[in-house]
Amino acid sequence: MPVTETSSGQKIWQLRTRNQTLIRWFAYLVTVAAFMWCWAEISKSTTWYFVWDAPRIAADIGSRSFPPKWEYINELWLPIWDTLNIATLGTILALLMAVPVAFLAASNTTPSKVFVRPIALVVIVSTRSINSLIWALLLVSIIGPGVVAGLLAIAIRSIGFCAKLLYEAIEEIDPKQIEAISATGASRWQVMVYGIVPQILPAFAGISVFRWDINIRESTVLGLVGAGGIGLQLQSSLNVLAWPQVALILIVILVAVVVGEWVSAKVRGAII
Amino acid sequence: MSDVTLDMRLGKPWKKPHFIKNPVLRWGLIIGTLVYISLATGSLEVNWARVSEGLIRGWNFIIAFATPDFVSRGTDIRDGLIESVIMTITSTIVGIAISIPIGLGAARNIAPLPVYLVCRGIVALSRALNEIIVAILMVAIFGFGPLAGFITLSFATIGFLAKLMAEDIEDMSRVQAEAVKSTGATWMQWINYGVQPQVLPRLVGLSMYRLDINFRESAVLGLVGAGGIGATLNTAFDRYEFDTAAAILLIIIGTVMVLEYLSGIIRKKVQ
Repeated sequence: MPVTETSSGQKIWQLRTRNQTLIRWFAYLVTVAAFMWCWAEISKSTTWYFVWDAPRIAADIGSRSFPPKWEYINELWLPIWDTLNIATLGTILALLMAVPVAFLAASNTTPSKVFVRPIALVVIVSTRSINSLIWALLLVSIIGPGVVAGLLAIAIRSIGFCAKLLYEAIEEIDPKQIEAISATGASRWQVMVYGIVPQILPAFAGISVFRWDINIRESTVLGLVGAGGIGLQLQSSLNVLAWPQVALILIVILVAVVVGEWVSAKVRGAII
Repeated sequence: MSDVTLDMRLGKPWKKPHFIKNPVLRWGLIIGTLVYISLATGSLEVNWARVSEGLIRGWNFIIAFATPDFVSRGTDIRDGLIESVIMTITSTIVGIAISIPIGLGAARNIAPLPVYLVCRGIVALSRALNEIIVAILMVAIFGFGPLAGFITLSFATIGFLAKLMAEDIEDMSRVQAEAVKSTGATWMQWINYGVQPQVLPRLVGLSMYRLDINFRESAVLGLVGAGGIGATLNTAFDRYEFDTAAAILLIIIGTVMVLEYLSGIIRKKVQ
């Protein structure tokens, strides 16, 4: 922290040196300039007439969707069941694939650091960086619309997330326990089952429930691209502008998300 | 271990303790899971004819990754990508700016109860609504284009950043904040010198992470008409132009990797 002296000999304390301050102001300037340019681009491609009309349209949509069409719920039970299945089976499938990937990616369990580990890391990054909706779009165009496409989309998307958290947990395990078990003359497989697995089991359970919670949210919209679940109903109600039905579907989705979050918080509380 | 339990254990082979100790709960969970899985897989309908037909297309798509086509829809890809980047930058900046006051309000140790409840309500609402659903509503209200995407992403950023920031403020060391307060600082000075230095490094890290998330999300908002590369991707899939789709996906993966690497460097510098 720099201290400068004025001509009268008085000492002045400042938080940062002159260069640090200049760098900070430069960073602010760049950010503001970038923001202004981006904003200009957005406003170029915006129809401002619609935007000025927005409050009226929002009020209009609001009044049309109230009250929600409660009897429509009877047509929603099957989609809700499908959505739950997409999320749950998708998570299970993802975990089955994520476990081997995680063991190949963790630097203390991988068979080869130069060759296998980078491949596992590429699998993790590429599955993680593509949204489940894009995976669903792709799978619908490959295997056709339906629940299976949604399930696979959720599964593929979750591999990277689960494997990343799991391999970090594997890398953090206590090596002493592994050594103790190897010292008894255990085979590689026995070291795995008795040394590594018990140490990562709580993390594994936590990750699965966490991802399941996220997948509940994501599976509700997969129907928009034809991959089954309650999103299909949302899409068809939106297409015919049936706002009372849309309102009911949104309420159902909100309840599902809240229940999912509550269950996952309970389970994680019980494990950790 | 007392002598009695030791005597009882001696001579018996050791068994690995179970992860869930209560046997009723354990078997209940196992049987429940099996029943659920058989019910759920039973209700899946697979059109095998369609799948076998699709597998050829799937193989074509995998091959397309070897020969991605960046050129024939080059301008579309470039425009979509620029729009995605623009949406990402603006929504992250605006989102951060809004989430700072909301994050302060949602921290129980510095906000009065009514403010706390309102801010927590905003956070909960923003987290519960999926981005795509918000985007659909925003497109209906504000019309097609990047403005709807920008509003959606800003709204989603609030829930994420404000929640984590509030938790961070609640975990901060009271001593430093109180030291500043005892010098007779005003409320602004107290926040600025007592609270802010404690949470800033983590806030910068989280903002970088959110920038990364916003870019990924901006790639799908186009599917519902809210601007960005998603619209181009959707068209490519609809026309079965797998080589163009592969090119777009490669660009997205590449950008996300670069962003992740950069944010790692910045987070290390700040902390």
